[in-house]
Amino acid sequence: MSVLAKEGLQPVEERHAQQARARRWMRKRSAMRIFELVVWTAAVAVVFLLPSKMLILTEIAILALFAVSLDLVLGFAGIVSLGHAAFFGLGAYAAGLFARHVMAEPVIGLLIAGAASGVLGYATSFLVLRGSDLTRLMTTLGIALMLAEVANQMAWLTGGADGLSGFSLDPILGLFPFDLWGRNGYIYCLAALFISTMVARRLAFSPFGLSLKAIKNNPARAALVGVPARRRLIITYAIAAVIAGCAGALLTQTTSFVSPDVLAFHRSADVLLVLVIGGTGYLYGGILGAIGFTLLKDWLSVVTPQYWMFWIGLLLVILVVVGRERLAGWIEHVRGRLASGGGHSP
Amino acid sequence: MTTVLETFGLKRRFGAFMATNDVSLKIEQGARHALIGPNGAGKTTLINLLTGVLVPTAGTIILRGDDITRLPSHLRVKRGLTRTFQINQLFSEYSPLESVTLAILEREGFGGNLWSPVAGYGQLIDEAAALLARFRLASVMEERTSRLPYGKQRLLEIALAFASRPRILLLDEPAAGVPEEERYEVLSIVSDLPADVTVVLIEHDMDLVFSFATRISVLVAGALFAEGSVEEIASHPGVKAVYLGEAA
Amino acid sequence: MLTILFDGIAYGMLLFILACGLTITLGLMNFINLAHGAFAMAGGYVTVVMMNRYGISFYWCLPAAFFVSAALGALLERVLYRRLYQASHLDQVLFSVGLVFMSVAAADYVMGGQQQLIQLPPELSGRTEILGIGIGRYRLFTIVVCAALAFALQLILARTRFGSRLRAAVDDRRVAMGLGINVSMVFALTFAFGSGLAGLGGAMGAEILGLDPNFPLKFMIYFLIVVAVGGTSTVSGPFLAALLLGVADVAGKYYVPAIGPFIIYGLMIIMLILRPAGLFARGAR
Repeated sequence: MSVLAKEGLQPVEERHAQQARARRWMRKRSAMRIFELVVWTAAVAVVFLLPSKMLILTEIAILALFAVSLDLVLGFAGIVSLGHAAFFGLGAYAAGLFARHVMAEPVIGLLIAGAASGVLGYATSFLVLRGSDLTRLMTTLGIALMLAEVANQMAWLTGGADGLSGFSLDPILGLFPFDLWGRNGYIYCLAALFISTMVARRLAFSPFGLSLKAIKNNPARAALVGVPARRRLIITYAIAAVIAGCAGALLTQTTSFVSPDVLAFHRSADVLLVLVIGGTGYLYGGILGAIGFTLLKDWLSVVTPQYWMFWIGLLLVILVVVGRERLAGWIEHVRGRLASGGGHSP
Repeated sequence: MTTVLETFGLKRRFGAFMATNDVSLKIEQGARHALIGPNGAGKTTLINLLTGVLVPTAGTIILRGDDITRLPSHLRVKRGLTRTFQINQLFSEYSPLESVTLAILEREGFGGNLWSPVAGYGQLIDEAAALLARFRLASVMEERTSRLPYGKQRLLEIALAFASRPRILLLDEPAAGVPEEERYEVLSIVSDLPADVTVVLIEHDMDLVFSFATRISVLVAGALFAEGSVEEIASHPGVKAVYLGEAA
Repeated sequence: MLTILFDGIAYGMLLFILACGLTITLGLMNFINLAHGAFAMAGGYVTVVMMNRYGISFYWCLPAAFFVSAALGALLERVLYRRLYQASHLDQVLFSVGLVFMSVAAADYVMGGQQQLIQLPPELSGRTEILGIGIGRYRLFTIVVCAALAFALQLILARTRFGSRLRAAVDDRRVAMGLGINVSMVFALTFAFGSGLAGLGGAMGAEILGLDPNFPLKFMIYFLIVVAVGGTSTVSGPFLAALLLGVADVAGKYYVPAIGPFIIYGLMIIMLILRPAGLFARGAR
């Protein structure tokens, strides 16, 4: 008796039931979880509940956007990057230069900055994808350092070590001016974060996104089910670069200033830590991690203003040695409690 | 009989070591072609060359008239050539349903879609569920692959290759590592593969080879030692010697 | 021009000594230790403290720097690094970046943020004439010491029992263990040795490379390039890579100061395009 039950030998009802079950499971896999609604509701609520904290909340939103973009690179594409700040920084400078020399409209500036970073991301993806993990570290770090050097050298354009200033931004869409309390700035950044996360979410649950984690998990197998890995990774890297560039642009636009610090190594390292705190591979790790990191850094810089870097480093060491898996497992547990019906998360 | 897969003087060197030594092989359409040989003979290396996991040092590979020698793996899959691995290569973090759906999506050309949710491809999910049911994996299709018992993982390995609707399927020791009780399932599947799929099988189990194969190639030290029909190989004195360790 | 070449060679040799510990750690334990520069910095600061605070002669500082850094390396290896040998590369990167941050902040706290200056002994300062070329005496000293070390390393690896055990453990850890080689001892000793070398490099480099709390961050990219370009399977690979890097950097900064800092990045990109597996890679790794 053959085990490979031929089609037609299986009772139709049973097969239909299985297929319905499969479809349901797939739908549930990509369904909006309760904790997601909680996050966005809270993000909007703080506009009314914490009106005096708009500046730090804007900082969180920008960092969250930056971290979501790195999650695409790290958590989905599996590329360990030490230089993601390159895209953040390019976006920041692009937005600043655009506002200063071309047009002070923020939304257009945001899109231009994103596009510029996307181009850089696409161009460098070919280099980044060559070689091993180690070479990738060198490449990503090198590109960020190179850009920082460019910013430093081309002082006539970028303001050098003093940074770029002397521009201000027009009201968003002509209607919402950047006010001193930062409320409109925050809403602007939140909107950008929301749209980007939703776009990233669609990507994550699309066939493209399905193939990404497969490539990360088992590249040999992925190739043998027909996945063109290189092409997918290049596109992902470029998209992540666009989002990171937007984050940088938002920083410029909300502060009317660009400092060379946007390309500093610690930016790349900080955003890695954000993802370590929040978890990778489910997009919200960037948001949750950004909240945690910013609050922590804020508290630390009050307690030990000069040497907070030490405590951040210590946190990294502890987190890794204790085990990210344990932390991730704890997060899964909490997520499972918050999610509807305890569905299996990818 | 048409030749679907052919190699000409295929060579692969690792430093001073010749893993594949001037192999010229012909696989016929619809064949059940077994590849046997002692351990270390280079059978898996040959499969790696055929599927693009390794690039040959010399020689050519022709798939239905096209030269695929330098073609990347994923494009060979698109042309109907795929394989299973001797040691399971699965997506450990995915469920069987996700893995098979991925394979089907790629096959149908939807893999590059960035926007539509996977959940929307109802018909393809149906196909995945049906395929998994045929491989007796329906009950575990939502489980994470890493949690499945080895026998089920082995079945998934074959199911995954099958999901790409290959025209040529290379099986690398499909029953390897499978506990005795579960071997029957795996071997049944192998013998039940549709007649229009050409199967190349690496196997050590001689009973399976002699009952399943229509043609046998014997590989020794990277080179083709003997080739022929089942009767020819079974009575070939050199083959027995090679296996039993006598002077060849 | 020859002076520049000479300076570049001295710089490159220093980079080699500094980076070779990283090469060994990566090649042997497959551990990406970005905090390697911190051990170098430790050696440098030990030298500064010994010389400036206690007036100890420069020549005693060098072995002291080696041993202090080696001890530090041995301690950290046993307590921390050992747990992460099986960890993912991401975890190793995060961990070592964390260590870097801690070391930078600690150095800032203990020693202050300024560049550290040491007074070289008179016989090593100034210039001397060899074959009509003006050569800095300290540069010459550096080259001689580093070359001797490189040669000794090659000998140790190729000729001694420890060297063969090391090479065996690199090749196949499990088989080496099966042969009775105490792999964890080999790892511990090697890590300590590599850190010690870094410390020595840091001590010697205080004059040529400078020393401040940002040292591990500043030179991270240099080490990464040396290791990625030079590969991890030989001593000569990183040696040549470091020389190339040193000469290119020094020459670039001197002749074309506008694009000088970009030379190393240009080198990096060219190498990536031409030989992504590194200039001296032996096989798939």
